[in-house]
Amino acid sequence: TGSCFLSRCVLEFLYSSSKRTDLARCGNGLKSISRTQIGCLYKKPFVESFEETPLWVAVLTYMGYGILTIFGYLRDFLRHWNIEKCHVARERDEQKDFVPLYQDFENFYTRNLYMRIRDNWNRPICSVPGAKVDLVERVTRDYNWTFEHTGKVVKDIINMGSYNYLGFAENTGACADAALEVTKMYGAGVGSTRCEMGNLDIHEEMEQLVARFLGVESAMAFGMGFATNSMNIPALMGKGCLILSDELNHTSLVLGARLSGSTIRVFKHNNMQSLEKLLRDAIVHGQPRTHRPWKKILIVVEGIYSMEGSIVRLPEVIALKKRYKAYLYLDEAHSIGALGPNGRGVVDYFGLDSKDVDIMMGTFTKSFGAAGGYIGGKKELIDYLRRHSHSAMYATSMSPPVAQQIITSMKIIMGEDGTTLGADRLRQLSQNTTYFRRSLHEMGFIIYGNEDSPVVPLMLYMPAKIGAFGREMLKRNIGTVVVGFPATPIIESRARFCVSAAHTREMLDTVSRLIPFLTFSLH
Amino acid sequence: MFQKEVLFCFFSQAPAYHLILEGILILWIIRLLFSKTYKLHETYKLTEKEKEDLIEEWQPEALVPPVSKDYPTLNYDVVTGPPSHKITINGKDCINFASFNFLGLLDNERVKQKALASLKKYGVGTCGPRGFYGTFDVHLELESRLSKFMKTEEAIIYSYGFATIASAIPAYSKRGDIIFVDEAACFAIQKGLQASRSLIKYFKHNDMEDLERLLKEQELEDLKNPRKARVTRKFIVVEGLYINTADICPLPELVKLKYKYKVRIFLEESMSFGVLGDHGRGVTEHFGVNIDDIDLISANMENALASIGGFCCGRSFVIDHQRLSGQGYCFSASLPPMLAAAAIEALNIMEEDPEETHRLTFKLYFGFVFLYSVHNKLSFGICLKLVGVPVAPALHLELERSSGSRESDMKQLRSVVDYCMERHVALTLARYLEKEERFLPPPSIRVVVTVEQTEEDIQKAVACIREAASALLIS
Repeated sequence: TGSCFLSRCVLEFLYSSSKRTDLARCGNGLKSISRTQIGCLYKKPFVESFEETPLWVAVLTYMGYGILTIFGYLRDFLRHWNIEKCHVARERDEQKDFVPLYQDFENFYTRNLYMRIRDNWNRPICSVPGAKVDLVERVTRDYNWTFEHTGKVVKDIINMGSYNYLGFAENTGACADAALEVTKMYGAGVGSTRCEMGNLDIHEEMEQLVARFLGVESAMAFGMGFATNSMNIPALMGKGCLILSDELNHTSLVLGARLSGSTIRVFKHNNMQSLEKLLRDAIVHGQPRTHRPWKKILIVVEGIYSMEGSIVRLPEVIALKKRYKAYLYLDEAHSIGALGPNGRGVVDYFGLDSKDVDIMMGTFTKSFGAAGGYIGGKKELIDYLRRHSHSAMYATSMSPPVAQQIITSMKIIMGEDGTTLGADRLRQLSQNTTYFRRSLHEMGFIIYGNEDSPVVPLMLYMPAKIGAFGREMLKRNIGTVVVGFPATPIIESRARFCVSAAHTREMLDTVSRLIPFLTFSLH
Repeated sequence: MFQKEVLFCFFSQAPAYHLILEGILILWIIRLLFSKTYKLHETYKLTEKEKEDLIEEWQPEALVPPVSKDYPTLNYDVVTGPPSHKITINGKDCINFASFNFLGLLDNERVKQKALASLKKYGVGTCGPRGFYGTFDVHLELESRLSKFMKTEEAIIYSYGFATIASAIPAYSKRGDIIFVDEAACFAIQKGLQASRSLIKYFKHNDMEDLERLLKEQELEDLKNPRKARVTRKFIVVEGLYINTADICPLPELVKLKYKYKVRIFLEESMSFGVLGDHGRGVTEHFGVNIDDIDLISANMENALASIGGFCCGRSFVIDHQRLSGQGYCFSASLPPMLAAAAIEALNIMEEDPEETHRLTFKLYFGFVFLYSVHNKLSFGICLKLVGVPVAPALHLELERSSGSRESDMKQLRSVVDYCMERHVALTLARYLEKEERFLPPPSIRVVVTVEQTEEDIQKAVACIREAASALLIS
C-alpha cells in the first residue's frame, strides 16, 4: 500500500504539472470560435489563477507523506503484535470466520493519517451557523480515537467554514418568523411522496417562485441537493447517451451519471479545448465499437467549483453547446445567490440568457439557509421530471418550514419583500469577496480560483500544516475548513475560506492578519 | 580464409532441399521487409470536410420525449394545510388513509413545540455537510438516542430517507462482491445495489428455499476458487416489512442461513420501525432476534417518527465506516436541526408510552379484519383483494382479475380512489416508475391504518371502498 501510495503521488505530480500549463493556455483557441469572438463573449475580464506548485514544496510534501507512511506501517505492525493498544473497532467473535468486511489496505489512510488530525473535522456546534458560531468543546485523551465533551462551549468563533454566503442562517428576522408560523400550521414532517399525498400548496408556491427567480418556464424542488443530481440525471439520460463531465465535478453529479447507464467522458477542468475535442470526436465517431450516432450529448458543469474556487467559462460552454447541438446541465450549488448583480447565479454574472441553459440545477442549502435542491428549465422538461423523477415517486417531499424559508429568503433577494435587504447583502458579499481576496493576495499567499468567487482556497501543501493550521486557527477563535487527500490531489492540500455577507470588515481583517503570523510560526 | 572454407564445406554438405527452402525463406523475409505496410486505420481517416459534414448532419433526440397531457401522475393532488389525520385534498376535507403517519405524530403538539424551540435557537438550515461545521449537538443527541433505543452501539443520521439505504449499501459492497436480494425490495434498495456495482442475485419473495439454493450454488463456486472467495464479501438485503407487498421477512430463518453460509444481513426497516415489536423496535423485537446478529439496520424517520431523514444503526465496527464512505452523509448538507429535534421528541413519546404501539397493533388488526371483508364476495364478479399481513400498517388493495392492460387497471383503481375522495376518504394509488422497477408490482390502492383513526373511521372507509368497488368494478 505504501508503495502504491507513493507511486500514485509521483504520477499525480507529473500529471498536475502538465495540468497547470494547460489551464494557463485554455480559452486561447477553440477550433470553431476565433479568439476575437471569445473576447466578445465575456463582458468583463475573467481572471483566474492556479499557480503551479513550486518544486521544492512538492518534494518536501512527498517526503512528508513518505515519513507518515513509514510510521503508518510501523504502527500497524505494533498493533498487529499487540504491543500497542488497538483502538480500532473489531469484528464480533461469532463472525470472525466471515469474509472480512474491510480490507486492511482500504483503511490504511484512515487509520494512520486521517486519525491523527481528525479533530479538525466534524466539530459540533451549538448555535446558528452564522458569521460567529459557538463550538462544543471536546477533548481527546487518546490521540483522536475518542472524543469527550467537557460540557463547556467555546463562544464566538469567527465562522469561515459554513456555506452561508448571503447570511440567511439566522434565527431572528423575517425568514425565521415565517418559518415559525408555517411549523405551527403544518408541522415538521410530511409523511408521503410528492405524487401520492405529499404535494402541499406551499410546495407549489415555492416552485413557481423559483421559476420566476431563475427566469425559466418552470421549476421543481426536491428534499436533498445531493439526491437532486443522483436521481434526476438517470431520469434524463440512459443507454446510448453521452455525458461529458468536468474533471472536478461533485460526487453527486458523478453518481447520477453512473446510475444513468450512459457513457461518461471527462474533460480537463474548465478547459474548453478539451471539451471541444471530446465533442467533435463523439459526433464524428459515434458510439464506441458500433459507431452508431449518439442519442443525446449532455455537458455537465458546475457554477462554482467548491474546492478550486473557479467559475465555469459559461459563455464558451454555451457557444460550444449551440455549435455542436449538445445539452447543458449546470449545477449551481455554490453560485446561486452568491454570484451576479441580482444574485441569480452564474448566468446573471455573465449577463447571459437563462434559456440557453437546458437544465439549471441548484441547491437551497448555501445561499438560502434552507435545505434541498431544484431543477429549472422548459415546461416540457419539468413535466417530464414530475412524471419520471425517482424523487417524486419514492422520496418524501420537502418539509414545510424549509419550503417557507426558501420562499421568504428568495423574496428578500428579489426585493419583493419591500426592503433593500437583498440588494444590500448581495453588494456586501461581493465587496467582502474582493476585499478578502485582495488582502490575502497582497500578503503573497497562493490563492486559487476566480477573483469574484466567494470560495477562497489557500494552499497549504504539506500534510503537517493541515492539522496545525486548523488547530492554531481554532485556538485564536477562528473556525476554518482544511481539506486534504482524497478530496484534493495529494500534494494540494488547502484551507478553504467561505466569505459571507454576514462577515464584517473587522472579522475579515482579524482573519487575514492572523494568517501570515501563523504561517510564519508554522514554517 | 578459414571461415570461407568452413562455409564452403557447409554449403556442399547440406542437402539440396534444405538450401532451397532456406533460400525461399530469405527471399520472403526480404520481400516482407521492403513491401509497403498495409495500415488499417488509414482507410478510415476522415478529412476535415467530412468531419464538418458529420457534425452538421448529426441531430440529437429531444432532451425529453413528449408527455401526454392526461397521464395520471402529471397533475399531483394538492393538499392544503397540514397532511395530518384530517386532510384537505383538492379542496375536499377527508380522513387520511394515505400518509405514512403511523403513530399520528405529524401534528402532535409536543413535537411541534420542540421543533419551534429548535428553530428559535438554530434557524432552519445547517449551511454545510457534517464534516464542515454542519454537526450540531442535536444531531449527536439524536444519534445517541436512536442507538440507545435500538440497543445498538452506534447510529448515524442521513438528511434524506431515500439516501439512507442507497448510500449504505455501496459503502460496504463494491465491485466483485455478491448481494442476495429479495425480489420485492423497494426502489431505494435497487438504487443502492446499482451504485455498488456488485453482482446481484435475486431470490423469490420470502422464499427461503430459493435463497438457500442460491447460497448453495455460491458455496460450490467458492470451492472452485478459494482465493477469490476469501476476499468476496456476501450480503443479504431484506426489508423488515415490505412496502410493496405489506408482509414480513422471515428473520429467524435468515439469521440461521447467515451463520450457515457466512453471509452478512442488511435489514431495511422503514415500514416496521415504530410499528412492530413491543416497544416499536422493529422486526428484530417482533421475532425476538438478537439485534447484534443483524449487521446493519437502516430505517427512515419519515414514517413513524414523523420527521425527515433516515438513520442506520448497528455495531460501531460497521457504522463508523459510513462516516467517511457514505456518500449521502459526507457530501451532503446535514439534517436541519429543527427536524432532528422533532425526531427526538417523537422518540421520547414512543419510549414513554409503549402502549401507543400496542394501540397501533390493535388498530391494525381491526383495520385488517374490516378491510378483509371487502374481499368477501358480496355479489359475483367482485373486484378487490387485500394483500398484506395483519400487522402491516400500509396494505394494498389489488384487482382480483386484471384486465390485461396496466393502464386500464390503473384507470379503474383511480376511479375507485376518486369515488372515495368524493365521500371524504383520502386514498392513493401506489405509484411506481414502470420502466425502472426491476420487478414491477401489480397496480394497487394503498390503504394506511394509523393510530389516530377511530373504529368508525375505519368502518366508514371500508364501506366506502366496498360501495366504490361494487359500483365501478363489477366485471
